[in-house]
Amino acid sequence: MNFSGLLAQLFAIALALAAAPLLTGWVNQCRAWLQSRSAPPLLQPYYMLHKLFNKDVVLAHGASDLFRFAPFIVFGCMVLACAIIPSLSTDLPFAPSADTIALVGVFGLARIFISLAAMDIGTSFGSLGSRREMLVGFLAEPALLMVIFTTALISQSTSVATIVETLAHREFIIYPSLAFAGIAFTFVSLAENARVPVDNPATHLELTMIHEAMVLEYSGRHLALIEWAASLKLYAYSCLGLALFFPWGIAAGDSFLGLLAAVPLLAFKLAVGGFLLAVIETVNAKMRIFRAPEFLGTAFLLAVLGLLVRLLLETRV
Amino acid sequence: MPTLLPIDALLIAACAWLAVGLAGLAAPANTRFIARTLFPLGALVGLLVGIVGLCFLGESPETAVLVIGLPDLPFHLRLDNLTAVFAMLLGFASAGISVYAAGYFRQGGGAAPGLLCLEYHVFLASMLMVLLADDAYAFMVAWESMALSSFFLVTTDHKHGEIRRAGYLYLLLAHLGAISILLSFGVMTSGSGDYSFAGMRAQELSPFWASVAYLLALVGFGAKAGLVPVHVWLPEAHPAAPSPVSAMMSGVMLKTAIYGLLRVGFDLVGEPLWWWGVVALGVGLVTALFGVLYSTVQSDMKRLLAYSSIENIGLIAVGIGLTLTFHAYGMEALAALAMTAVLYHCLAHAGFKSLLFLCTGSVLHATKERSLGKLGGLIHRMPWVAWLALAGVIASAGLPPLSGFVSEWLLLQSFLFSPGLPHPWLNMIVPVAAAVVALVAALAGFAMVKFFGIIFLGQMREESLKDAHDAGPWEKAGLVWLASLTVLLGVLPATVIGRIDAVTHQLLGTGLAERVREHGWWMLAPISPERASYEPLVFLATIVASVLLGRWVVRRFYHGRMRRSPAWDCGYFFQGPRAQDTAEGFSQPIRRIFEPMFRMQRHFPTARDAKPYYSVKVEDHFWHWLYVPIARAAKATSALIATLQGGRIAIYLLYSFLTLILLLLVARP
Repeated sequence: MNFSGLLAQLFAIALALAAAPLLTGWVNQCRAWLQSRSAPPLLQPYYMLHKLFNKDVVLAHGASDLFRFAPFIVFGCMVLACAIIPSLSTDLPFAPSADTIALVGVFGLARIFISLAAMDIGTSFGSLGSRREMLVGFLAEPALLMVIFTTALISQSTSVATIVETLAHREFIIYPSLAFAGIAFTFVSLAENARVPVDNPATHLELTMIHEAMVLEYSGRHLALIEWAASLKLYAYSCLGLALFFPWGIAAGDSFLGLLAAVPLLAFKLAVGGFLLAVIETVNAKMRIFRAPEFLGTAFLLAVLGLLVRLLLETRV
Repeated sequence: MPTLLPIDALLIAACAWLAVGLAGLAAPANTRFIARTLFPLGALVGLLVGIVGLCFLGESPETAVLVIGLPDLPFHLRLDNLTAVFAMLLGFASAGISVYAAGYFRQGGGAAPGLLCLEYHVFLASMLMVLLADDAYAFMVAWESMALSSFFLVTTDHKHGEIRRAGYLYLLLAHLGAISILLSFGVMTSGSGDYSFAGMRAQELSPFWASVAYLLALVGFGAKAGLVPVHVWLPEAHPAAPSPVSAMMSGVMLKTAIYGLLRVGFDLVGEPLWWWGVVALGVGLVTALFGVLYSTVQSDMKRLLAYSSIENIGLIAVGIGLTLTFHAYGMEALAALAMTAVLYHCLAHAGFKSLLFLCTGSVLHATKERSLGKLGGLIHRMPWVAWLALAGVIASAGLPPLSGFVSEWLLLQSFLFSPGLPHPWLNMIVPVAAAVVALVAALAGFAMVKFFGIIFLGQMREESLKDAHDAGPWEKAGLVWLASLTVLLGVLPATVIGRIDAVTHQLLGTGLAERVREHGWWMLAPISPERASYEPLVFLATIVASVLLGRWVVRRFYHGRMRRSPAWDCGYFFQGPRAQDTAEGFSQPIRRIFEPMFRMQRHFPTARDAKPYYSVKVEDHFWHWLYVPIARAAKATSALIATLQGGRIAIYLLYSFLTLILLLLVARP
């Protein structure tokens, strides 16, 4: 661990914290354009966070301490996830602390806490959201693991940094297994980030919501942290997808110039990714909750297929 | 003066447990003496056993001969690393459970406390003897005492018919397993008449007989461990037993069966064949998936945990299967990785599952309720139990940074780095198996959220829960001990692996310790940091730091104001406890998605019902596919035979006469 590495690490975390709401704002704006609505300002998520932080917390009578801690823990998990995923450079001092399997564990931990917090007040919508979130979770998590296994087999490593280095600096070979994995990853990211075919981030129609149902009782700074964590999660997933499937341009060393050069490239990739997400959300309708298992089951099967393709056909590559 | 060898220390510990048990008989009705003096003494002995096991790891084996039992057939005992690691597990887990039991057992249960104390400590001593035994005779004696003492413990509340039935089922399957183990030992002696384990090691079995011995052992130990389809006793016996006993059975006794499997598979039977591993892998996967699915749909908190134990045993069997396959193909480094995962999961499961069972015990004492449908909101009344249970829940869901994640991580790593086994279709099985393991891990999270959320969170579903009280000091001490084991196993994996590596060295000839030690105690990198690494402490520190920093920043730049009000709930007026999900409601998605896996009887209300009600009953397919037909066949056969019993003496005389004639006809000179 060296000083410039640590600096790069802190820079990556700071960038994630600062840029994540912007990504959410960008996706919202793209979505509004595509649906010919007038778009909210790009910086709307920041105004929202500022407003929420200023407001008092209104806590339900039945809330326990778990309810108050959960937003902080979820936020902490997402910060850790952003710290591990190489967005700008692969030389991250925190990277060895958790490999890709542990990364899935981080998301799992956050999910457990937010689900438990949702059950804490004991309202009908809370437990409904929690049950549905766990449903999406247990379907999406194995699919995500399978995607990661495919990339791990290609690079012979589960460390995110090594995977990205291998994938970024190899000669250009098309791996069919990565195509399968990529589609599966897209499905999983949509589900995990409460996006349209599975959930709708804009909905407040009680019976259709998942993520919103869980955070109904939150207010003030707690809600702000949860919203921020949701943005961070979208950012983390986007960066993970970019790192696994479009890793070009991520700096390998810790040179300051390389790092600076990586920033606009990342911004460009994220902008394109956010636009594509908005397109997906616009052309799809939200499905019934019990279609979600089929959707995620498809993702799981595709990911396993990718793994099999990798093991059976590409072992000589 | 002769020095005290570790094996002698363990023998003394076993005797001490027996003595503590017998002391209970001296004052069988004096609950105070038994609970406050004898159980803590037992815990002390347990701690000693754990420390001896821990310190012994890495030493060379010791043997002893105990001249008791049949004439000319003494007990051979042996302490090696495999024994030591399981003795450590037994000692440390039982220390916590015994301390807890000191506060748990009280007046007015079924059996007299003195009797309970005797059974409990005989159970402990016999488990230790199972681990120490070095010949089939001593092993079977200890194994049977373990089965019998635990049977009596299960049927402590023998006044309930349901509990008697559970105990009977347990006894039946325990004996089925014992016969199978005995036959396996018989095959392994291959007619030499030498029943000592040393003799078995020396035998060269043909592949066929070795396979027979291995499969018999798999069935026999599987019946004790709870592998599908011989798992049916587990969800019956665990809820029936008092909670410390359930904790002991699930946390420790199941591991003696794993010990047996490891002992036979890697030590006694000789070189394994590759397909043994595939069999264990397949059985393990089915067990794990079955266990976790059923655990998600249970409405009784102890049954939920019992099925979750089945799942964990399944994962352990998957690890054993992988180890056997790798070992058979000579891939020792990978075999060592998988075996470390197995041992780690044994230790982790002993910690967190005992913890969770004990937590259900406290809940049971405080509320007199086992059904999830009548609990809820207990975090307000029982904060200690709730927060400690949360540690167990996170570990059991296999999430970082606690103990369950480490073993799961190791298991997944050993799947990942199987660099092409020589068999093409094995290569296809491995990723599918990894996918199933991932699914099981994710479903375990679902089951655990249900367990914790329904018991401890939300509104209280019954009025009477308002009077619930937190655990007493002894109970708290036991819970804290087990929870700290769970945390320690979670955050110090490299240190622990450095200790248990002696076992992998003994069984496989290679280990992970050298490579793990290279990178310092805080980092777990079984192959190299470039390939895979995990630093639970950094992990934990980052989360804690961002929690604290986040809190500080918010308070510093904004404010910490807060006020209370009724819940919002989208403005709905009715917010009573009945509006929350029930245990059945919470698992509805699982029942719907995995419908063919369950045998369900449901009753739905219709619009015209005057008194609408909904009920669902989930039953085990195996019970109806396998056990009911067998029971029916046995009953029919015995009914057929019973017709011979006319009850009149003339008929019996006729039988004797006919038999005589038949014998004369058959046995003509």
